[in-house]
Amino acid sequence: MSDSQGMSIVVRVVTRWLLGLILIFGLAVALYGHLTPGGGFAGGTIVACGFVLAILAFGGSRGPGAFFTRWASALDAIGALAFLALAILGFTAGAFLQQWAARGDAFTLGSAPSIVLLNLAILLKVGAGLFAGFSAIALFEQTADPDTADSEKGADA
Amino acid sequence: MDFVLYGLTGFVILGSIAALEMKSLLSAVIAVGVVGLGLSIVFLLLGAPDIAITQVVVEVIVVTVLIRAASRVPAETAPLRTGRTRTLAGAGLALVAVGLLVAAFQTLPAFGTQRFAPALWYLEQATELTGAANVVTAILLDFRAYDTLGEATVILTAVVGALAVLRRPSRRKEKSHV
Amino acid sequence: MTMYVLAAVLFGVGLYGLLVKRHLLKKVLGLLILEHAVNLFLVEVGYVDGGSPPIRLAGETAAAFAGGAVDPLPQALVLTSIVIGLGLAMLMVALSLRIYERYGSLDADRMSELKG
Repeated sequence: MSDSQGMSIVVRVVTRWLLGLILIFGLAVALYGHLTPGGGFAGGTIVACGFVLAILAFGGSRGPGAFFTRWASALDAIGALAFLALAILGFTAGAFLQQWAARGDAFTLGSAPSIVLLNLAILLKVGAGLFAGFSAIALFEQTADPDTADSEKGADA
Repeated sequence: MDFVLYGLTGFVILGSIAALEMKSLLSAVIAVGVVGLGLSIVFLLLGAPDIAITQVVVEVIVVTVLIRAASRVPAETAPLRTGRTRTLAGAGLALVAVGLLVAAFQTLPAFGTQRFAPALWYLEQATELTGAANVVTAILLDFRAYDTLGEATVILTAVVGALAVLRRPSRRKEKSHV
Repeated sequence: MTMYVLAAVLFGVGLYGLLVKRHLLKKVLGLLILEHAVNLFLVEVGYVDGGSPPIRLAGETAAAFAGGAVDPLPQALVLTSIVIGLGLAMLMVALSLRIYERYGSLDADRMSELKG
């Protein structure tokens, strides 16, 4: 099937150029989420879009697509645990999910360090989680064994 | 301004009707993509750039997932005719629902005239209390961070569910039961 | 008021798709449209005429900002709802693919005639 090989050389080269930019853009949207429109959800979805592009262009078995597929579930778990750890760190300031880091001047990146860190944890969680779901659906097509599917269909009919 | 909003929302409604009535599954999925993108412009005009950004990117992923799913299903399963009685009954029920909603909306203040009381408090205090200039983020990750925690749990559950449903080994076991 | 009515109509279209369509992926599309309608309604509730986005700029005073911005609370809720909708859509598509493999069909009516 054409999906397992990925797409043509043109698409793969352009993807290689764009992938870094997409990931940086997603990171920037999440990093400045407390000052400008955006945040962990939008940034994470943009990062997941970059991974999806990689898996569509390179196929699931080699290139960056394979790397992301292998690590998606682990990154998903790391993101969830990081969010929980940051929430528990709030106890140092008095309560669960309280802002604990010292706050800098208003309207700068350092104005709310706890929110920045939470945004990055959400970026990791949403990006890896959505990509894991997508790769399961996209690669399901490849792993599906036509013989078994047909015989199952026959058994049901 | 008002007419731009009406036009765009009407466009979204037409797109969603097209998405449901198209014969070809692929065209239907693309029509749903158009619905989401049109809606993101409406969100932008309604003063919600955060939601507009998220809506655009989410729509891209949803359309990609649905196209993968639609291309996996052979074309002959797509045109399923529904009986006339059922179509009329469904349309009638939907109309009743719309009527009830419109009747309920009469109790709301007219569109664009009033904000709810907590809005002013959030807008005045959020930046000083949390340090975040974007009040939506301040609510999401400070005032109502428990919501976000629960939401992360929901995504985790949905993705784990999708992975579990599509796992390869479970397919083998399932087959032996048949 | 017109905007509320349009959101209600969009809701009706989604409900119609969910009730009438037999194809499972069409039902998924109907549910997505239903979600869109609810999100649109919630954002409309927070809007004020000529309102600016709820993002404060460096030079603005708190009072001037609060006077002109739209309600941020519905927006925060809708933001979570959109991402949850995406996870839900993925789960539904995964289930549909598995159902297709099992029954060889995505027809909801045919599926209820067959026994699992």
